[in-house]
Amino acid sequence: MSRKLYVARSPRIAARRLGEEMLVMSGQGSTLFTLNPTATIVWQAADGATPLDEIVERRICPEFDVQPEEALRDAEALAEDLAKHGILLISEQPIATAQPRTQEKP
Amino acid sequence: MSSLMMEMSERARRLGVPFSVQVDLTYRCNEQCVHCYLDHNDHGEMTTVEIKHLLKEMAEAGVFILTFSGGEIFMRKDFFEILEYARDLTFCIKLKTNAVLIREAQAARLRDLGVESIQVSIYSHRPEVHDAITKVPGSLQRSINAIRFLKSQGLKVVIANVLMTENMHDYHAVRSLADELGTDCTLDPTVSPMMDGDRSTLDLNAGESALRALFRDEALVGNAEEFCAPPSEPTEDSMESLPCSAGHNACYVSPYGEFYPCVQFPLSCGNVRQQRFIDIWRDSEQLKEVRSIRLRDLSSCSDCAHGSTCTRCPGLAFIEGNMRGPSTADCEKSFARTGIPSKNLLAKKEKVQPARLVQIQLVPAITGSRLSGVDSAASAVA
Repeated sequence: MSRKLYVARSPRIAARRLGEEMLVMSGQGSTLFTLNPTATIVWQAADGATPLDEIVERRICPEFDVQPEEALRDAEALAEDLAKHGILLISEQPIATAQPRTQEKP
Repeated sequence: MSSLMMEMSERARRLGVPFSVQVDLTYRCNEQCVHCYLDHNDHGEMTTVEIKHLLKEMAEAGVFILTFSGGEIFMRKDFFEILEYARDLTFCIKLKTNAVLIREAQAARLRDLGVESIQVSIYSHRPEVHDAITKVPGSLQRSINAIRFLKSQGLKVVIANVLMTENMHDYHAVRSLADELGTDCTLDPTVSPMMDGDRSTLDLNAGESALRALFRDEALVGNAEEFCAPPSEPTEDSMESLPCSAGHNACYVSPYGEFYPCVQFPLSCGNVRQQRFIDIWRDSEQLKEVRSIRLRDLSSCSDCAHGSTCTRCPGLAFIEGNMRGPSTADCEKSFARTGIPSKNLLAKKEKVQPARLVQIQLVPAITGSRLSGVDSAASAVA
């Protein structure tokens, strides 16, 4: 895939790390999601300025035994899924939005 | 609460994380409700800076659900500044308010800030009843107007209907009003003692017959026969159960920084002005004691027939004098629901059995020489 994809956390969500997972509640319909450790890494790195392929290369591949192409495909599918629920914003351009702060594990 | 939310809440308890916290921003209020348990004077509320510092500590401690309540939250001039900061820390925010000060602009701002839900107190559909409870003429209409503003912004609103003697018969109409406004509606037939120990507000509690009728209203409880069925004996598992979430994955902070297990459990565990939030949560001896209590430890409730099904509030028990003791208000609810008195109610009944001042006892054999025995028996005080 040649296009660059940028991802940003939606400013209207509520989120907190609980153990190894990330709890995210979308502003739309108060729906609660839990993100697994891989999805949590993507979500936390989604600052609107870093392309998704860089997030995968720098944050996912070193942590998990996975080929970059395969990891990117999974990350794109995840990003699109989260975007459908209003949790993540996706664009082919960098996204300028006030980013909610993420909290480290207590 | 959704099943996933319950699962996360339980996971937080196992991890020792304060999942849900209520912070009262002020005790000041623009209504003066007859049943309110608070002293509305300002005795030194936390400043904006102090509250922001607390919120940061709470986020770091893992708090997810943050409820802002009071008093009336909109009495604070810095309310939106605090709310904006809290949202920046990605809390899931719930608000409790009378909504009297909410207009279109405030409703739009609440939407923009992504508030999860707003609970609004409505006591009756009749202005003469609602306004008599709040002691503010026109307050019902202003609250209803505010609910319409909030709903027009797509916000989730919940009407909270506290039931007491004054409004006990209005709840059907309040529920209809909620339907018309597109909100949820909760009913609570419990009026609490005041925080300073004054119990005069308890006179407002609905009586037993009103509670009995409430618990048999199938529009509320579904199958009334099932809901009011006699309790089953407590099981071994239920003996190990926790009384409630207070102090386990939830707690409360007052406008003065006092840290309690719950808004209804005035056992001070520390003050966030002097200690870090997480230090109180982890190390408070009071909280450790609250967390250690299981059903088997409760002096009267562990062998009460209602033990495993009662809605006993440990905070109300504490206010009554013993956090391991019964909460009479909940005993009364269990009795109204099932017709079976709790062990606590039976003990109270025995204590208040009207004492006969003079008890006449027959003397088996009265002989001339024992006539004085009649006098002594007749004067025996029961």
